[in-house]
Amino acid sequence: MANRDTKANGGGERARFTRRGWLATAPGAAVAGLAMTRSDALWNQAQEASPAAAAAAGPGPPDPTKVPGRFVSEVGSRAPGEEPRRLVRSLALSSSSRTPIHELQGTITPADLHFERHHAGVPEIAAEDHELLVHGMVERPMVFRMADLKRYPQASRICFLECSGNGGGAYSRNRMPTEITAQQLDGLISTSEWTGVMLSTILREVGVRPGASWLLAEGGDAAVMARSVPLEKATDDAMLAYGQNGEAIRPEQGYPVRLLLPGWEGNAQVKWLRRIEVTDRPTMTRDETSRYTDPLIDGTARQFSFVMDAKSVITFPSYPYVLPERGWWEISGLAWTGRGRVTRVEVSTDGGRSWTPAQIEGPVLSKSTVRFRHLWRWDGRETLILSRATDETGYVQPTVQQLWEARGERTSYHQNHQRAWKIAADGTVTFGLGELV
Amino acid sequence: MRRLALGVAAVAVAAACAPDAPPARDDAAGADASSSRLFGFGSPASEDRIALWNIDVKPDGEGLPPGSGSVEDGRRLYEVQCVACHGATGTEGPNDRLVPAANWEQWPSGRTVGGYWPYATTLFDYVRRAMPQATPGSLSDDEVYAVSAYVLHLNGLLPADAVIDSASLAAVEMPARDRFVPDDRRGGPEVR
Ligand code: HEC
Repeated sequence: MANRDTKANGGGERARFTRRGWLATAPGAAVAGLAMTRSDALWNQAQEASPAAAAAAGPGPPDPTKVPGRFVSEVGSRAPGEEPRRLVRSLALSSSSRTPIHELQGTITPADLHFERHHAGVPEIAAEDHELLVHGMVERPMVFRMADLKRYPQASRICFLECSGNGGGAYSRNRMPTEITAQQLDGLISTSEWTGVMLSTILREVGVRPGASWLLAEGGDAAVMARSVPLEKATDDAMLAYGQNGEAIRPEQGYPVRLLLPGWEGNAQVKWLRRIEVTDRPTMTRDETSRYTDPLIDGTARQFSFVMDAKSVITFPSYPYVLPERGWWEISGLAWTGRGRVTRVEVSTDGGRSWTPAQIEGPVLSKSTVRFRHLWRWDGRETLILSRATDETGYVQPTVQQLWEARGERTSYHQNHQRAWKIAADGTVTFGLGELV
Repeated sequence: MRRLALGVAAVAVAAACAPDAPPARDDAAGADASSSRLFGFGSPASEDRIALWNIDVKPDGEGLPPGSGSVEDGRRLYEVQCVACHGATGTEGPNDRLVPAANWEQWPSGRTVGGYWPYATTLFDYVRRAMPQATPGSLSDDEVYAVSAYVLHLNGLLPADAVIDSASLAAVEMPARDRFVPDDRRGGPEVR
């Protein structure tokens, strides 16, 4: 908490500094220098004086109605004190950072808070220099520069992107955490509006030869990340995305262009995409054999488990929130499925004995997150709250016991089972799945 | 009603064939493959251009370059290039184990080259593209063969005097070769 306060003060300092700095910049000169009127001068004085005026106003919160506000600016910033942050796992080349899902509203993830998972860091790529090579079983092997890709008809869609390792921290029977935030456990999920060209458009341009059934997607990072993708998905809804929430895709999400495979595990959606090879079989890269496969209870290992099954997560109340008093509280969270639309989210406030449909806020988009809410009158007694999502195929988010039974306990991906939060009588909230296993 | 529908269809066909109609447009709802004409943005890729980036190796060995390497050369390279992150015997870390130290399903110590990888070709492919992690792409093809041979030797899959090339690498029989099965999750009520 102390740390937080320090940061908030820092934000205030920055804001004041920018305010003064602005007057000296070129666009400011147009007002201050060329066409300075008497009222301009007074406004500028007020910009300079307002922090001092606020300080002189005495104790208590400053009165913003007595001090002129800040001028317009070229790029906005968050309010001082509002400092959601990604949670960085470790400062290493192969690492991740998680989205603060417990601090966000609605469904869209601000681009600078989108989770990260890189295998050899974030490459620095200039859009002018970037090329995408498409070859293999095609009639016309081609190189596309970004200007070429952007000239093709555009498409935009909102969808979630989730790492298949998300939630792995709550699968081991003997190591169920209690003091873990929703961000720590499930922060490898983000939702954005993506813009780009449909991969089917590009594949038609190069002319896929008969007999082709897969492609290899390869990145231009230092891991030269490579994953095989069935052609069926590539021609269904795959996109070469260069836009994210209205702006250019962020470097951490694959600037200048990434593969987007709506509803599929993040690792296959290769970032910094530089090569697509159309093939008649999978390449069997390291990240589709050694990793991102699922050892099952029967001695086999499931491979190419691309689709992210239905899942829901309560983001409020969750650790480390505290409910200061009994009474009405709105339980709220996110639900999603890689198999289409979420059709139902249910909430239990009695440890899974009874379930009530939660309100789902539209629009309910295919392969995107929905926000669910459930008004709950807490009676002040200890309890466990849970959520479970159902998708349009009739799949119901399973219990951890159901997953253990179906797969065994040694899988490390696709752990989409129901989560539980324990509300103690004093209102403290902890991760509560351990109470149910 | 029927007449009207026919009329609309005729207009649609005429539009698709008109000289100034755009090529087919795809959107998030799926592809429309009805037009065979192309936009043509982008440039043809020459054979040399493709060869420059076409680095992947298929499980049957397709894509493996000429060259060879011995377990012995690989040992010397490993001790300079890999040991700091993967340990003297491939089990000490601090980064990924390259030799199993536990049952094959055990994450992460069992899911390693000898215990879990279905294809030896993947080792060449991965080391050439991504290792050593701080200086990727710095080894020659012969060096990648050599260090791959040594990692396979550490896993008991090649004798100490082995020398490998494209044919012999693709022929290495990996213990986990037949362990992998396709995803059988299909949605619906069943949990898999
Ligand atoms: C600077 C540290 C570092 C060095 C040096 C290094 N590696 Fe790695 N290696 C890693 C890391 C980290 C990973 C995991 C990367 C990931 O998961 O994305 C890895 C992964 C691997 C893997 C995949 C393991 C698996 O089971 O999936 C192999 C094989 C490998 N390295 C071989 C080598 C070889 C051979 C060398 C020497 C030529 C080498 N590495 C040098 C850090 C290093």
